[in-house]
Amino acid sequence: MARILMKGNEALGEAAIKAGAKFYFGYPITPQNEVSAYMAERLPEVGGVFLQAESEVSAINMVYGAGGAGARVLITSSSPGISLMQEGISYIAGAEIPAVIVNVMRGGPGLGGIQPGQADYFQATRGGGHGDYFMVVLAPESIQEMVDIMQEAFDIADQYRNPVMILADGMMGQMMEAVDLDNVEKSDRNLPPKTWATTGMAHHQGKNIINSLELDPAKLEKHNLDLKKKYDEMAKNEVKYEMYKCDDADIIAVAYGTTARIVKNTIDMASREGIKMGLIRPISLWPFPQEPFDRTADRAKAYISVEMSMGQMVEDVRLAVNGRKPVHFYGRTGGMIPEPKDILAEIKNILGGVK
Amino acid sequence: MAKVIYEKPKGITDAITHYCPGCTHGIIHGLVAESLEELGVLGESIGVAPVGCAVLAYNYFNCDMQEAAHGRAPAVATGIKRVLPDRTVFTYQGDGDLAAIGTAEIVHAAARGENITVIFVNNAIYGMTGGQMAPTTLLGQVTTTTPYGRKPEANGFPIRICEMLSTLEGAAYVARVSVHDINNIRKAKKAIKEAFQTQIDRKGFSIVEVLSTCPTNWGLTPAEAIKWLKNNMIPHYPLATFKSPWGVK
Ligand SMILES: Cc1ncc(C[n+]2csc(CCOP(=O)(O)OP(=O)(O)O)c2C)c(N)n1
Ligand code: SF4
Ligand SMILES: [Mg+2]
Repeated sequence: MARILMKGNEALGEAAIKAGAKFYFGYPITPQNEVSAYMAERLPEVGGVFLQAESEVSAINMVYGAGGAGARVLITSSSPGISLMQEGISYIAGAEIPAVIVNVMRGGPGLGGIQPGQADYFQATRGGGHGDYFMVVLAPESIQEMVDIMQEAFDIADQYRNPVMILADGMMGQMMEAVDLDNVEKSDRNLPPKTWATTGMAHHQGKNIINSLELDPAKLEKHNLDLKKKYDEMAKNEVKYEMYKCDDADIIAVAYGTTARIVKNTIDMASREGIKMGLIRPISLWPFPQEPFDRTADRAKAYISVEMSMGQMVEDVRLAVNGRKPVHFYGRTGGMIPEPKDILAEIKNILGGVK
Repeated sequence: MAKVIYEKPKGITDAITHYCPGCTHGIIHGLVAESLEELGVLGESIGVAPVGCAVLAYNYFNCDMQEAAHGRAPAVATGIKRVLPDRTVFTYQGDGDLAAIGTAEIVHAAARGENITVIFVNNAIYGMTGGQMAPTTLLGQVTTTTPYGRKPEANGFPIRICEMLSTLEGAAYVARVSVHDINNIRKAKKAIKEAFQTQIDRKGFSIVEVLSTCPTNWGLTPAEAIKWLKNNMIPHYPLATFKSPWGVK
């Protein structure tokens, strides 16, 4: 199949099916409703199950059950729905169940709005629910990258027995782009067989239990230490980023997803005015990439985090820069999208100031 | 040689249970385990434990188990059953778990006709957290959060789950039983087996509500607790088969 024009929400659904996910649980919420409609139509064709749950609370617990029974499962929602899922995500992390969760973010807080946002960064990268846990958070900038990342996300989930979140936004979900769904690179990860899945004792050795409860504090601490080891492995192995025109940049923007694309346009505008600007684009938001900052901190005069939020990723940028250079922030929020000319104005301001 | 007339069901592990003396949770575990064994589906079964006194049921049932978040067992069971439609999937839930925090999950699992079996243990109280009012607590009943007795003006009325779920087309088998004497224990066993048979026959959602004692939080001896169940719970929660694929008398 050649490249076809597809809406982000539909492409991500098809990509999940291609990655072997035959089970989808969800609850309607804008701006990700096309995923449900697509899966409702497609999954029966491939012998899978689409189920519209009574709430996101229920949907994520269906994922817990289905993932615990050994299936590849996809669940998608948008900000308020993802908040409702936090209990389930914490249990999924605690019980070590693989699952892929997509947040097509909109503006908040509360009911917020239905236009694109990036204000769930803290929630996604800090676990979100209760307890000490992390999950790999991946943020694609194009529909093609979202499709490629979907395969990767399921593999990471299975490899570490951990939930993986794809953090997209309303723009990514709603826009249409040409995608190639057939040539997605298969990873060469050695995925462990799911010998732990609850499929019935007649179907495997011994008795399997999916559980996050441990009443003995010493054993619970040990469980947390084991999880920590796993998170350390993830932090070491799953870093992903792009560096764009950073080599001789005076100012380096840091942006992900839709915002990264807007920043790329800004860089072209800037270079026409003789301003040397680059971009660090974290693709994994957790683990947050340290290396591109170490490679640029000597030369760059300043960094600026550009987000569709009031300033969330900027905290990770500050940690990565670690005082070596000034870190600035520019953000629009509530569904407002940063414009290249405004970003550029901010950059001129900064460069004027850091001489 | 001595003849064995009763042994521990194969569906129960050797783990020592943590239930209080006189608590009927243990009897109900036994009935579920015997039923699965007699139906020949133990190796094909996946159980879902609740949050409540039965939280550790995953250690007691000798089949694959998942431990769910508080009230979410029917959603978890739904996920398992949709992936493995030919397995026997059941939940074991208390009244706080099922009739308060998990109301949405149980109602919609029943409404969908989800082909799972629910064992619903109604002891009119939150046992595990130390005896607070449950949605099933009787009017006038004293609990730590209704120290002057449950009053309808302040606390509303006890919920009859079986009667409520019976109105849903997706619910194929709905019965309320009790375990306060031998005769009723036999009837409870029959109902639990029928509920599992409903699932095996792919007839839809099945639930057995079992009236159960909590001597510890009722502040009664085991013997008094049995009497209290009989005299106070049964009048409000009549024992009956509300729906069955084989018809109700
Ligand atoms: C989200 C959440 N809220 C509250 C609790 C605390 N909690 C544990 S058990 C329980 C009540 C269980 O009562 P019931 O379902 O009636 O079971 P029983 O102990 O009586 O068998 C509660 C409220 C919890 N574990 N999780
Ligand atoms: S607290 Fe009540 S329900 Fe819980 S084990 Fe003790 S007697 Fe049984
Ligand atoms: Mg109870």
